Amino acid sequence: MQQTGVQSSSLPQAKKRRKPLDMDRWTAVAMIMPSIIAVGLFVYGFIAWTGYVSLSDWNSLAPSFQLIGFDNYLKIFNTGRFQTNVRNLFVFTTFFLTACLTIGLLLALLVDSKIKGEAFFRSVYIFPMALSFVVTGVVWQWLYAPGRLPNDPTGFNLLFQQIGATFLQGQFTADPRVIPEIRIAGLKTKLGIPMAMIPVVVAAVWQMSGFVMAMYLAGLRGISEEIKEAARVDGATETDVFRFVTLPLLQPVTLSAVIILGHISLKIFDLVVTMTGGAPGNNTEVPGLYMYEITFKANKFAEGAAAAMVMLIVVAVLVVPYLLYNRRTEVE
Amino acid sequence: MRSFQNWAKTAGIAAVSALVLAACGGAAPAAPTSAPAAATAAPAATTAPAATTAPAATTAPAATTAPAATTAPAATTAPATTGSKLEIFSWWTNGGEADGLNAMFEIYKSENAGVEIVNATVAGGAGTNAKTVLKTRLQGGEPPDTWQVHAGKELTSYVDADQMEPLTSFFTEQGFDKVMPKTLLDQITYKGEIWSVPVNVHRSNVLWYNIQVLKDAGVEAPTTVEEFFTVAEALKAKGIIPLAVGGKDKFETPHLFESVLLATFGPEDYASLFDGGIKFDDPRVTEAAETLKRMLEFSNEDRASLGWSDAMQLVLDGKAGMTIMGDWAHGYALSKGKKPNVDYGYAAAPGNTGVFMWLSDSFGLAKDAPNPEQARAWLAVAGSREGQDAFNPKKGSIPARTDADTSLYDEYLKYSISAFGSEKLAPSIVHGAAAPEAYMTEFGNALNVFGADLDVETMVQALTDAQAEIK
Repeated sequence: MQQTGVQSSSLPQAKKRRKPLDMDRWTAVAMIMPSIIAVGLFVYGFIAWTGYVSLSDWNSLAPSFQLIGFDNYLKIFNTGRFQTNVRNLFVFTTFFLTACLTIGLLLALLVDSKIKGEAFFRSVYIFPMALSFVVTGVVWQWLYAPGRLPNDPTGFNLLFQQIGATFLQGQFTADPRVIPEIRIAGLKTKLGIPMAMIPVVVAAVWQMSGFVMAMYLAGLRGISEEIKEAARVDGATETDVFRFVTLPLLQPVTLSAVIILGHISLKIFDLVVTMTGGAPGNNTEVPGLYMYEITFKANKFAEGAAAAMVMLIVVAVLVVPYLLYNRRTEVE
Repeated sequence: MRSFQNWAKTAGIAAVSALVLAACGGAAPAAPTSAPAAATAAPAATTAPAATTAPAATTAPAATTAPAATTAPAATTAPATTGSKLEIFSWWTNGGEADGLNAMFEIYKSENAGVEIVNATVAGGAGTNAKTVLKTRLQGGEPPDTWQVHAGKELTSYVDADQMEPLTSFFTEQGFDKVMPKTLLDQITYKGEIWSVPVNVHRSNVLWYNIQVLKDAGVEAPTTVEEFFTVAEALKAKGIIPLAVGGKDKFETPHLFESVLLATFGPEDYASLFDGGIKFDDPRVTEAAETLKRMLEFSNEDRASLGWSDAMQLVLDGKAGMTIMGDWAHGYALSKGKKPNVDYGYAAAPGNTGVFMWLSDSFGLAKDAPNPEQARAWLAVAGSREGQDAFNPKKGSIPARTDADTSLYDEYLKYSISAFGSEKLAPSIVHGAAAPEAYMTEFGNALNVFGADLDVETMVQALTDAQAEIK
């Protein structure tokens, strides 16, 4: 993204001043060489290496690099555990993205409505982002620990008991239900929404919606008042202005937010580890956690690498079109 | 202006190349300095004979029980090892276990003055995090000199990966083979060699109960599975959680199941499950699963959000009647100021009477260890009587040696020592003794899923599918 920016801005100069440019280019290449080498080796080199390992039979502590094709991929996709992980990831990402975007936009609109103490609210909403997911996970795990109902509740359940709202009590992170429980022949997992995933989504949304708010706020501030005025002069109501002027102009912000949240969501690990550890059963386990367990606990390095490659591909499917789109718009 | 820009660029390039040169230059002198380092390592190796006399000296105190006496001769030979290091890797980081480890360090230091101990610990129950770090280091070719490893199948996976040195002759030199029970020696013997020095033994199949709560319900601690359910009904009628079970650390439900498996199969057939004699599609596995299901129906609903210590706390608080956990729960109860046989009682898990399900922490010697002599001296301490008697009372485990000074141990540990000496022994699955880690992972996951959905058929199927992982 940035490189293309540099290139496009230096191209017109090339025609004007040839000689200094060679020097310039040379400097530029010399300057970025270390990072190209480092990134090439430590990012792309290791991706290639992981890909190679995922095709090997290194499934014990002793390294072994006999290529066995896609057996590891077939094997992990055939386990109920990984199928459940993929289901969980899908559920988590869907809920997390929807909730973050909706709440983020609402907060941005609220903060943007020229209320008193705007700066204060902005800080309050964006503050959770300053925490690490590990801290968020631990704190929300305490809040959501159900305790023993009805006599010995803890966390939220205790609060609900104190205010007399016992109908709100539940098992939360310890709830093993999957709703609706759909079984499909050939699949070793039950399709549906794992109830224990909801608290995890809530914690993640609590942390990240402020960030989305900040993005939308910047977007809102970027919309010129003149366009809105023009719409109003043309007879648009405030709702119309929002629907036909504001929302379309916020679309690029939404896209960026989806990409940023999407890759966080698809790679989520720390929040789940500290909040539920994947329990109950595998109901909140995600592929990142699976990769860690299968690699370092079961010593199946090749299967772990296969899980990592699957995650990489899923993230790439989301991110690469965005990068291409960005490149195209910037060249234009 | 333009000439200034050019000048600036030239200066910039010059600066960068200077930096690059400096980096290369920095690397070049580094090579000669590392060479003397290698050279200094060599004399250390040549002085090794002095160090080898140390373990010989340590065998004496075992007999004389006068550790102070050994420090003198060892100290005189030790100066040769001054400046040398020993890196010991374990997951003993808190409370009694760290105290116990330090007690062994003290003995080591008194016998090997001048050796700097690098105490590489990584926190985390059952070593889950530590093992990750260890495996990364081993794959990277940077092993610690010696590391904590569960005796049994967990140990043999490192041997298969060619990461350990055999210790058979070391064992005979030190006389360890004469003072450790044969069952335990069998578990550290593989491919005809002995591979690690067991430091302690824990019991995994213990029923912990709140004495007052059971008394109030008018019941005794159960010894059989049938009695367990009678007691559970009585407690439930009183509005008390009969069986406290955790699940957050992901080993609690599997841990409960291994004692149920043992109760269902008996020690001989239980052992056959892991040598291929009996397969996991045996109807008794289904029977055990049904028993576990009934047990879990008598347990707290919030299992997934509690750790094993939270479950023990429920028993200590009188909110729950019983829990089944390894004897580290005893150490936890003590740390909470509770007294055994007053506040809480202990017995073999239901149906496990007369069988001691064990796990053992041991230390091995890394292949290509940076400091093999110092590591051997450490293993000599770890296996010695005074080493084990210093470590285990603090850690809350029993010594792997049969000649320990029982007066140093508290009443539970005395009970456990006598049980270890007299009862039948069965290896733990969840704690790395009975099955390799690949199977442990599958077993653990199958049971954790079972803990959530209580689906017997799926669980038995998963265990059967995983059979291939038992090698």
